[in-house]
Amino acid sequence: MKKLMKDPFNLVIAGVGGQGNVVLSQLIGTALVNAGYLVTIGETYGASQRGGPVMSHMRVSKEMVYSPLIAEGTADVILGMEPSETLRMLGRFGNPEVKTIVNPQPIYSVDVAGGEAEYPEMDKLMDAIKGLSAKTWVVSATEEADKMGSPIVANTILVGALVGSGVLPLDRKAMEPILQERFPKALEVNLKAFDKGMALVAK
Amino acid sequence: MPGFEVDAPGTTQLLMGNEAIARGALEAGIGFASSYPGTPSSEIMGSLAPVAKKMGFYAEWSVNEAVAIEAAAGASFSGVRSITSMKQNGRSVVTDFVATLVLTGLGKAGMVLVVCDDPQAHSSGNEDDTRNMAKWFDIPMVEPGNYQEAKEMTKWLFDLSEELDSLCLLRSVTRISHSRGNVKLDELPKKKPKAYFDEAHNIWNPRQSKFVQNPPPVKHAEQHQRLAKAQAIFEKSPFNWYAGPAKADLLIITAGSGWLHTQEVVKKLNLEKKVGILKLGTLWPMPEKFVTKYLAKSSKILFVEEVDPFIERNVMELVANMAPDSPRPTFYGKRSKHIPDTGELTPDIIIKAITGILDIKYQSRDAKYAKKAEKLAKALVPVRSLALCPGCPHRATLWSVKTALKLDGRNGVTTGDAGCYAMGTGATGYFQVRENHCMGGSCGIATGLGSLAQYGFDQPVVALCGDSSFFHANIPAFINGIWNDSNYTLLILDNNATSMTGFQPHPGVGANAMDDSAKKISIEALCRSLGARVEVCDPFDLKKTTGTLLEMMADNKGSKVLISRRECQLVKAKKEKAKYKVHVDETKCVGESCGCDRLCTRVFRCPGLTWDKKAGKSKINTVLCAGCGVCVDVCPQGAIVKEVA
Repeated sequence: MKKLMKDPFNLVIAGVGGQGNVVLSQLIGTALVNAGYLVTIGETYGASQRGGPVMSHMRVSKEMVYSPLIAEGTADVILGMEPSETLRMLGRFGNPEVKTIVNPQPIYSVDVAGGEAEYPEMDKLMDAIKGLSAKTWVVSATEEADKMGSPIVANTILVGALVGSGVLPLDRKAMEPILQERFPKALEVNLKAFDKGMALVAK
Repeated sequence: MPGFEVDAPGTTQLLMGNEAIARGALEAGIGFASSYPGTPSSEIMGSLAPVAKKMGFYAEWSVNEAVAIEAAAGASFSGVRSITSMKQNGRSVVTDFVATLVLTGLGKAGMVLVVCDDPQAHSSGNEDDTRNMAKWFDIPMVEPGNYQEAKEMTKWLFDLSEELDSLCLLRSVTRISHSRGNVKLDELPKKKPKAYFDEAHNIWNPRQSKFVQNPPPVKHAEQHQRLAKAQAIFEKSPFNWYAGPAKADLLIITAGSGWLHTQEVVKKLNLEKKVGILKLGTLWPMPEKFVTKYLAKSSKILFVEEVDPFIERNVMELVANMAPDSPRPTFYGKRSKHIPDTGELTPDIIIKAITGILDIKYQSRDAKYAKKAEKLAKALVPVRSLALCPGCPHRATLWSVKTALKLDGRNGVTTGDAGCYAMGTGATGYFQVRENHCMGGSCGIATGLGSLAQYGFDQPVVALCGDSSFFHANIPAFINGIWNDSNYTLLILDNNATSMTGFQPHPGVGANAMDDSAKKISIEALCRSLGARVEVCDPFDLKKTTGTLLEMMADNKGSKVLISRRECQLVKAKKEKAKYKVHVDETKCVGESCGCDRLCTRVFRCPGLTWDKKAGKSKINTVLCAGCGVCVDVCPQGAIVKEVA
């Protein structure tokens, strides 16, 4: 299997409360632990469950147990489940070398829905994300999951994209048992979603 | 993914700090676990309760933390190892019992108290530092610095507790409890204890029971002896160590999450050969000889710890008592303002402290990039305020409270409690909660307000509490109000769960922690038995809820109860489909010219409603809408339409 591209490897997973950020980070983290890495995942939730921004910080190392919080400006990869939250994380943890995977499906906050705050135009938002990232993969996970008739597998598509992008020392073989354990009753659709994610970044 | 309880010694798992603590308890062979939910501690019992039956131990969500720790002590008194877990607020609730438990000591079995603090108060009303409790009440205390230690320390604390005959405390914080890391598992014991309370007064045992704290000064001295013994053990503990050069430019003394950040920062700054780290795991009593050994490592000492200067002050006290010719290091920490004494620590705070003291230049990222990134994020990223969920019954209840108070017109006062409805302090609950402190506070404060008539106090008082909060600490306050004839209305927002912390059961739901069916305690029957007038309403019926509340507020006599009852939408959505399909009739919504000033989106603020700027009308977000239909009754134009789904 591949080696870690950097030690420690710093991954930020950005999203909104209710999107499944914690489960997504657990899927990837467990695969990395099984592959013999020391993994730390810091999660911000609690009150954030109710519609607030949610982020997970994942640290991967062969050497030592790292802190559950990434220092400012030191993310290696940002996995964005929502585009404006992706930009929020780039603002704090981005740097000229950061690579970004982003699901371009906006989730409006209650402030936006109420007309008090404005959600940026998608073109502007995506330009900002691309402009701040050394490489950007736009993965329309929500849209693809809808097409598959199973909106719930959007996160598995993102896991597939993350693994497919090659930024982590993981492959499909490493993820299969994890998906099987987590989704024993819906393995087939999740594997299909995972492959879809891999295919979307392979282009 | 295999669970934390898997019988697979030698394997490594990715466990949350709280799961690691629960695993430690299993490996120690606990027979009794009790808790009241509270972030960031809930997952300890949340992990233990579902496996209790199959693993053969007893687990309960208790009615409150005070009862939880007393029940756990009962188990220890009878020879059964027990663990009780809570957040820092709950820890404040248990202090009276703890103050006497440390005097008597325990039974033959160990007892561990786990308190998870919440620096930064991510999910709390305060960021109180539990470490002070250990000093205050003479309790041996440890704090884990990572996930493996969380398990090892918990397991070891049971042995220590038995060796010392003392309650032992494990203090954790959000960044340990609510993060995940590698944990290597050990064996699970197979033996089951025999429970027997053997403190009997007879000719073989003519003294008074061990479990009586008399005479307190004598028992107090005994606890001090136990602490001295703990200190001697801590001097040799493998949870304390020094890593760094023989002579250091800077010595950092740290513990817990502070250590986890610090060791990384020192490595990141390439200071491993210049900066030494003294990592402490056993915090109280402080292993003074061990610490003294390392104080001469550097003339500069930095304390890295979250919230209060606990280690900092203890080390200062130690240094103050050293021989006059001892070296006097310069201290950096909270007192010198290098480390903040509020909020949680981050690697960036520690970087700033170290680079400041050692005068080192550090740049986290390219300055031009930083400026651009911060500017773009600031300009484009929208605010994301917390909101009650779509279909939340609390939104409807708080809307009725708002309407009733307005119609009443006497500037009514509302008091709040802990739970999702505490978001009533903000826009999502229309700023209706005008006071909010602690669990039980809503009723307690209301009984005070309701007894001020002789001073001309004529505002109606409404106390808001949840179902779980009612059982937790509001019952004594409610009885106080009945007894003293206090004039107020208790509004219980009953959603049939402890929803904020993860839907744990409580005495009113008819199930217990181990998912057995249990006696369902009726809130209305209980209140009526005390002689109170009790009404029950459905919060989705805005008209009736508002009317009943208004009428109860107008009734200026005694303590009354209105139960606003509807199941938490997050629980309900798992069992049944939405009741209504809701849409906005575009011909009826007149937008900005309505005069309602966007009542539905700007004020009612359900995430299921969106203001369509282009069309200048309101619309339903069909993905988020829970189909409760409450907004239909909010729209003054009748433009929101519900159809049975």
